[in-house]
Amino acid sequence: MHIVVCIKQVPDSAQIRVHPVTNTIMRQGVPAIINPYDLFAIEAALALKDQLGGKVTVLTMGPPQAEPALRKALSYGCDEAVLVTDKLFAGADTLATSYVLASAIKTLHQETPVDLVFTGKQTIDGDTAQVGPGVAKRLELELLTYVSRIVSVDQAANSIRVERRAEGGVQVLETRLPALITMLEGSNEIRFGSAPDMFRAARAEVCVWDRNAAGIEDIKKVGLKGSPTIVSRVFVPSPRAQKAQQIEFDAANPEAATQTLLDKVLVEIPKVKKQLDQTRDNKRASRSAGERHE
Amino acid sequence: MSQYNAPLRDMHFVMKELAGLEQVVQLPGYEEVDTDLSDAILEEASKFAGNVLSPINFSGDQEGSKWHNKAVTVPAGFKEAYTQFAENGWTALACSPEFGGQGLPKLISTAVNEMWKSANMAFSLCPMLTTGAIEALMTAGSDALKQKFLPKMVSGEWTGTMNLTEPSAGSDLAAVRTRAEPQGDGSYKIFGQKIFITYGDHNMTENIVHLVLARLPNAPEGVKGISLFVVPKFMVKDDGSLGERNDAYCVSIEHKLGIHASPTAVMAFGDHGGAVGYLVGEENRGLEYMFIMMNAARFAVGMEGVALAERAYQQAVWYAKDRIQGTELGVRGGPKVSILKHPDVRRLLMSMRSQTEAARALAYVVAAAMDAAKHHPDEAVRAANQAFADLMIPVVKGHSTEMSIEVASEGVQVHGGMGFIEETGAAQHLRDARITAIYEGTTAIQANDLIGRKMAREGGATIKAVIAEMRKLDAKLAAQNGADFVAIRKRFAAGVDALEQAANWIVAIFKDDIKAAHAGSVPFLRLLGIVAGGWQMARAALVAQEKIAGGDSDPFYAAKIVTARFFADHQLTKAQGLTDSIVDGATGTLALAEELF
Ligand SMILES: Cc1cc2nc3c(=O)[nH]c(=O)nc-3n(C[C@H](O)[C@H](O)[C@H](O)COP(=O)(O)OP(=O)(O)OC[C@H]3O[C@@H](n4cnc5c(N)ncnc54)[C@H](O)[C@@H]3O)c2cc1C
Repeated sequence: MHIVVCIKQVPDSAQIRVHPVTNTIMRQGVPAIINPYDLFAIEAALALKDQLGGKVTVLTMGPPQAEPALRKALSYGCDEAVLVTDKLFAGADTLATSYVLASAIKTLHQETPVDLVFTGKQTIDGDTAQVGPGVAKRLELELLTYVSRIVSVDQAANSIRVERRAEGGVQVLETRLPALITMLEGSNEIRFGSAPDMFRAARAEVCVWDRNAAGIEDIKKVGLKGSPTIVSRVFVPSPRAQKAQQIEFDAANPEAATQTLLDKVLVEIPKVKKQLDQTRDNKRASRSAGERHE
Repeated sequence: MSQYNAPLRDMHFVMKELAGLEQVVQLPGYEEVDTDLSDAILEEASKFAGNVLSPINFSGDQEGSKWHNKAVTVPAGFKEAYTQFAENGWTALACSPEFGGQGLPKLISTAVNEMWKSANMAFSLCPMLTTGAIEALMTAGSDALKQKFLPKMVSGEWTGTMNLTEPSAGSDLAAVRTRAEPQGDGSYKIFGQKIFITYGDHNMTENIVHLVLARLPNAPEGVKGISLFVVPKFMVKDDGSLGERNDAYCVSIEHKLGIHASPTAVMAFGDHGGAVGYLVGEENRGLEYMFIMMNAARFAVGMEGVALAERAYQQAVWYAKDRIQGTELGVRGGPKVSILKHPDVRRLLMSMRSQTEAARALAYVVAAAMDAAKHHPDEAVRAANQAFADLMIPVVKGHSTEMSIEVASEGVQVHGGMGFIEETGAAQHLRDARITAIYEGTTAIQANDLIGRKMAREGGATIKAVIAEMRKLDAKLAAQNGADFVAIRKRFAAGVDALEQAANWIVAIFKDDIKAAHAGSVPFLRLLGIVAGGWQMARAALVAQEKIAGGDSDPFYAAKIVTARFFADHQLTKAQGLTDSIVDGATGTLALAEELF
């Protein structure tokens, strides 16, 4: 089994403070961490390695400062680490990022065939959830998103079975390898790094690949140039000033209370009120129609 | 009840800014270590301490270890936690790489060990004693003994114990009576009873390696007639597998004030024909070997003091923020407020916090000195660091542990009535802290060592050098602006004066009136603890001031200066009073005729 885990280093949003006067984000001293969602991906990969053997390679595209995130992953027990870094990569959006990661995975694959790629569900700084699917598409990997549990891997049949959380239930999905899996939060708990692994991580050689080493074929697809996304405006939605209202009703009559409440609320949203009224009318109509049939 | 949250910010600060982590990792022998690795290790250890060890601290205390039919069962969760602890490599942190250890600097392992002790002191004793047993074998064991026992002890598969105490040999180990009889095949048979043996039996590992002090036939009386033996619970065959059960049994465990999860065993050796043991090192040199290891063991118990004070402080802060009682002074008709608003609760919390931080700073600085004493390329530097560590270790042991009892008691006080109720968890810290000032040499034994071997014997050379070093800080303090530094400077200078006066008196009187000197030995130990703590807090305040001046807005630094100021006004002010007691107090201590007691 060769498993690749794509991770990203992000600022620890829990530790970001907002300047009390200027209201700007104070980045000073905010530690960088592994994107918390990626920890579920790392743990899932390591658990599979524990079970089936093989190796886990962690991969990140980022500035040279992202190296500690890779060492951290090594200290959990990942075997190899690759940092893909190049000045040209700066300003990449999800399209360009997935291109670079896909190229790097292809390069890794030439050395040791890759059976599985894991990513987190999304990052806490970008929140797009696009990079994983982007990589899968480019590499023509089977894609399983929002996976909450790896049920089994059948190496002989070259297949994997997972559980995927979906609205209203859990889907059990099976597909063939190679596949890319994006892991859902809470699907496992990252193990404790062991002291020997921490020593190994501190000494380990992190492979640093520039665009050539990573096997980038088309430099127009990387960095700012390869990023069609435009951020037109960043703003904080201004809170609407609204006075609290007191709504009184008779506790002994919950139905009437609900109606009072709905009336109050729906006045604010005429569109919904109209729709509701309509459904009610329709229902009434069909019910009376039914009655007539009997 | 609050869970333990490792004070990583203060730990990193003390390691880097006060104890010189950068220099420590440069020392020969630590090539594999750097500050990034140190950060990574502390972070992982803090998670293990907070998530695995802390949650079973209170339940372990409530349940306690159980004895049945010569075997001990540890409380729920302990076996699993221990297995994980060993699997994650924590047992091997400071051990020599030769036997599978990581060979970390003392400074780093000290911070890590503080976390285990804070999170679950009763649990932490097992790996601590194993480390002691490993060091004994490393110090004096033959290669064959090392090969046989060390790898599995370092990996944590087996644990170790120290069997020194007997019913009539506690502080005075020269009175050991346990016998060892040579068998002619290089092994010995051990007969005798040991008491108070921490983790003397348990079900966390399949074997336990006991290190036992005993006397050979015809050995000279007293300290020069005691030898050290390894006695495994199960015999170890040549291929490393376990053989027969050895004749070393836990015949009961004690009912104690605290550390209930840690079994304190009465050990019977040789009730069924003799326990097989192997001599460690040479005959009759057992106590000498114990002395070599003593620094490490005493330091480790001193860290228990720091750790429990920290835990008690965290618990008290947690409660004080939550408990609503009374209104704020000066706010007439105001709302009910959390007790954190009451000046006396703040005084208690600041007292706890400042003493804990001071004790941590001193201990880590001593740990770094122990690293330098062992690894520095320059012999003179090694010797100076060794002398400093030798002087300070009884202080770290004696002062931090006594302080932790006081601090844990203040923690109970913060809780009011709930502090007296077990469910809050505050009471456990007080009960657990109480033992730290007793085992591994009581505070009095530490104080005797301090004023005798570490001061009087060398005419006070090291303490004088340390005092001179302390005085060097004055110019730096004088160069700072602001009321905080004026106060710190004034109190610290007065504290150093008081220390010098007392030190001179003790060194001078030691020969003429040895009883008078010893009547003041514990107060002197406390005095040195306070002034040395104030010294480190003043250094910390200077670093903090420098950071603030450099534009760093981390509130940690402002808090450090406030805490240092508090320590100066509330602890350093005690220095002159202690000196007066030391210099004038012996008369009252010694005057009463014995029959009047
Ligand atoms: C929970 C627990 C765990 C322990 N674990 C271990 C262990 O794992 N292995 C082990 O070998 N031992 C262990 N001990 C024993 C411990 O080290 C001794 O209890 C301790 O050294 C004190 O000895 P003692 O109890 O005989 O007290 P004593 O020596 O009888 O002391 C009684 C009092 O006299 C004072 N005193 C005695 N001599 C002097 C002196 N010369 N000058 C001034 N004052 C003096 C002491 O300070 C104390 O106040 C443990 C004890 C306990 C309670």
